Amino acid sequence: MSAATNSSSQIEGAPNIDFSKFETTRSHNAARQRKDRVMTVLIALAFVVALIPLISVLLTTIAGGIKRLNFDFLSHNMQGVFGGKPTPSGGYGGVLHAIIGTLEITGGAMIISIPIGLMCSVYLVEYARGGRLAHTVSLLVDVMSGIPSIVAGLFAYSLFTILGGPGTINGFEGSVALSLLMIPTVVKTSEEMLKIVPNDLREASYALGVTKQRTITKVVLRTALPGIVSGAILAIARVIGETAPLLMTAGFILNTNVNLFNGPMATLPVYVFKEFSDQTVTCPAAAGAGCVEDIPTERAWAAALVLIIIVLVLNLIGRLIEKMFAVKTER
Amino acid sequence: MGQRIDVNHLNIYYGDFLAVEDVNLHIEPNKVTAFIGPSGCGKSTVLRTLDRMHEIIPGAHVKGEVLLEGNNLYGKDVDPVSVRRQVGMVFQRPNPFPTMSIRENVLAGVRLNNRKISKSDEDDLVEWALRGANLWQEVKDRLDNPGIGLSGGQQQRLCIARAVAVHPQVLLMDEPCSALDPISTLAVEDLINELKGDYTIVIVTHNMQQAARIADFTGFFNLKAVGQPGHLEYFADTNTMFNNPQNDEAERYISGRFG
Amino acid sequence: MSTPQSKAAAAAEIDHAASGKNADKVFKGIAYGCGILILFTLAAVLIFLLIEAWPLFGGDQAAVGDRVQAYSQSTTSNFWVFVGILIFGTVLVSALALIIAFFIALGIALFISHYAPKKLATGLSYVVDLLAAIPSVIYGLWGFLVLVPAIQPVWDWVAKYFYWTYIFSGPVANPARSVATVAIVLAVMILPIITSVSRDIFIQTPRLQQEAALALGATKWEMIKLAVIPFGKSGVISAAMLGLGRALGETMAVKMILDGGYEISVRLLQAHQNQTIAAQIAANYNEATDTTSVAILIGAGLVLFLLTFVVNFFARKITEKANA
Repeated sequence: MSAATNSSSQIEGAPNIDFSKFETTRSHNAARQRKDRVMTVLIALAFVVALIPLISVLLTTIAGGIKRLNFDFLSHNMQGVFGGKPTPSGGYGGVLHAIIGTLEITGGAMIISIPIGLMCSVYLVEYARGGRLAHTVSLLVDVMSGIPSIVAGLFAYSLFTILGGPGTINGFEGSVALSLLMIPTVVKTSEEMLKIVPNDLREASYALGVTKQRTITKVVLRTALPGIVSGAILAIARVIGETAPLLMTAGFILNTNVNLFNGPMATLPVYVFKEFSDQTVTCPAAAGAGCVEDIPTERAWAAALVLIIIVLVLNLIGRLIEKMFAVKTER
Repeated sequence: MGQRIDVNHLNIYYGDFLAVEDVNLHIEPNKVTAFIGPSGCGKSTVLRTLDRMHEIIPGAHVKGEVLLEGNNLYGKDVDPVSVRRQVGMVFQRPNPFPTMSIRENVLAGVRLNNRKISKSDEDDLVEWALRGANLWQEVKDRLDNPGIGLSGGQQQRLCIARAVAVHPQVLLMDEPCSALDPISTLAVEDLINELKGDYTIVIVTHNMQQAARIADFTGFFNLKAVGQPGHLEYFADTNTMFNNPQNDEAERYISGRFG
Repeated sequence: MSTPQSKAAAAAEIDHAASGKNADKVFKGIAYGCGILILFTLAAVLIFLLIEAWPLFGGDQAAVGDRVQAYSQSTTSNFWVFVGILIFGTVLVSALALIIAFFIALGIALFISHYAPKKLATGLSYVVDLLAAIPSVIYGLWGFLVLVPAIQPVWDWVAKYFYWTYIFSGPVANPARSVATVAIVLAVMILPIITSVSRDIFIQTPRLQQEAALALGATKWEMIKLAVIPFGKSGVISAAMLGLGRALGETMAVKMILDGGYEISVRLLQAHQNQTIAAQIAANYNEATDTTSVAILIGAGLVLFLLTFVVNFFARKITEKANA
């Protein structure tokens, strides 16, 4: 297919155009095609590059963690664990206390942040609809979602120091710190979900004489429920692996503490960090063959594997709920 | 000069779904050919196969051939990009590039083809294309303003200017006036009449009066039932189509008894 | 005709309506309260941190100087110089991470939005989200135990051939617990947020504009340059800012991998060069029992808070402007 013959009829007053000047050349076209292909390859390559660390992290965690991850590890705490020597139960200590702590502290954070976050999104979507206060609130929610986790920890620490005196450390303090990180996520996902509830539903409900409160709780929230639940689960998955804020608020202990409001509590991420920091123990000659020098690192990997499994399962549940109940929206 | 298009046994698919069946069509150079028909009959789909825009939808493909001056657009070694360079397209709603000025919009296509164009050549081309699109008088003092600042009708003419600036041989128009007010519509129709001296024009329209006003030939597309593939029911010169159609379905459609 | 029963029923009805009204008011009150609570929470963060950091200004200045001296390994005794050094380190590491992550993230976002088949694209989105789901302490563990030894020869090679660029001058830290290594780990961590925000905006590119570009004879890449990138530009910038914000506040991975120092230095491959605010706080927190030490760390945290506040604020402003 040859290019244009330039015999366009004269348009009144228009300059005469020699279209050969604008014609493309074979080499230019080839260069364009080449560039297109190069970019396609680069873009696909970007994805492969991102996969490398993901696969590496997952594989090394599984490989490193599988060795010590057994029932004994899950059912014992670190009490009575000395150096690299096995405990009477035949294990090398475990994460029971950390799992309990993680569940309680994250549960506490859920109880604080889900109602607040949900009601805040109800305010933003159902009541405010673009006032100045609402604008400020939604701006601050965005800003809040960028608060570094360590600052959240410092805040909770300061709050409890001022309220409970210096050196106050307990699980609930950790819950407060995590709430600060969780609320903005809950607000934002719930907001999205409430926004896609069709207005017809609200109007139909108002037309029946139903009050606004009942319309919101019975119609709007019910319709948006799956999305809100999945958003909340993803928010939990995000904070359950937080380490820094818990390190300074909930602290760390070796035995099981089930009281959220009193005394330090171990959590999985902090456990991973602590064991990682120890790295190795020395095994004196008298300790016998059962002594494992690398045991802290091995425990760190095993606890990391437990943590990753929890996070991934939470993510999976969240996605499944999202997918199963997804409101069909047109693209 | 415009080029002629011959469509032979063209079947158009979305994935496994046959959307339009066995189209045979001969489009004369330097004439305006209009496609009419009820919604969903595939007239826009057929139009989009003429510059291989159809296949940008994942899974969409065709069987059969489309000849542009005897060259099969769907031949083995044909690059769709080069097809689109020779066949210009104007869309249902005006779509100037929002971040570009009027001038840059007109030059967008040419700049893809050739990066070594002098400023004065560019200026000439912009003036030529905008004059060709009947827009020059309205925008000549604000060529560096953004294209989306124009009114809907002006934007559509800007899009026509952008399409003609690459000097295609064929101009495809997919309901170019459906988003415009009556005055802008008239302006665009006048323009189409002028443009056919230089281009082969194929236009899809929902408006039968429009087809009657501007087209030399008209194709009537129809479909037997919803979910069935569309097909070209009847093709004739416009006069015959609207005054003495030799096809019952077409006559029923044109006289407003269905569709 | 009104019987006593019907009257009572009517009264009950009115009562019921009234209670519905009350519930309405209470509910509305709670919703407003929660909205306003957000304002108070952020204000509280600022105020409580200020109170705890107060000894920095109102307390024993000599004690502050001594502590800063100890924290900074005798580099300085001035709190603001100390914080300045930490800000430099924080911004340096984060900016490097952003540079590494940005183009890869854009590539992935485009791959998902415009190159991959739709079914594959959904799966790929999940895979990228998985990167975000992995806790930072695990990245730290992986970074220290896997990446640090693995990347050592790479840095050796870079230092050997690019030492003249100054930033890559040796001696290479051994083990490679340097700023360069940390930047890579942070890049992996901020990749998902940049990707998902950019992807969301790329997907929204109007089809008409993409078709306009293609109809002019643009190749796929040219179409992306003509239609997708201009449309998504502000979204991409705000995505980068969000990523930067994340990197600035990242704690555990930095603390576990970086062998830090207190210099104003851009020698990325060497040991003991920079430290970040977050890692500094985490490293010293457990030993900080006196009010002066706590004040210094919280003061540094306050500065970090303001820094991320500004970055996120601008990210939001840019998005807002784009949507207006």
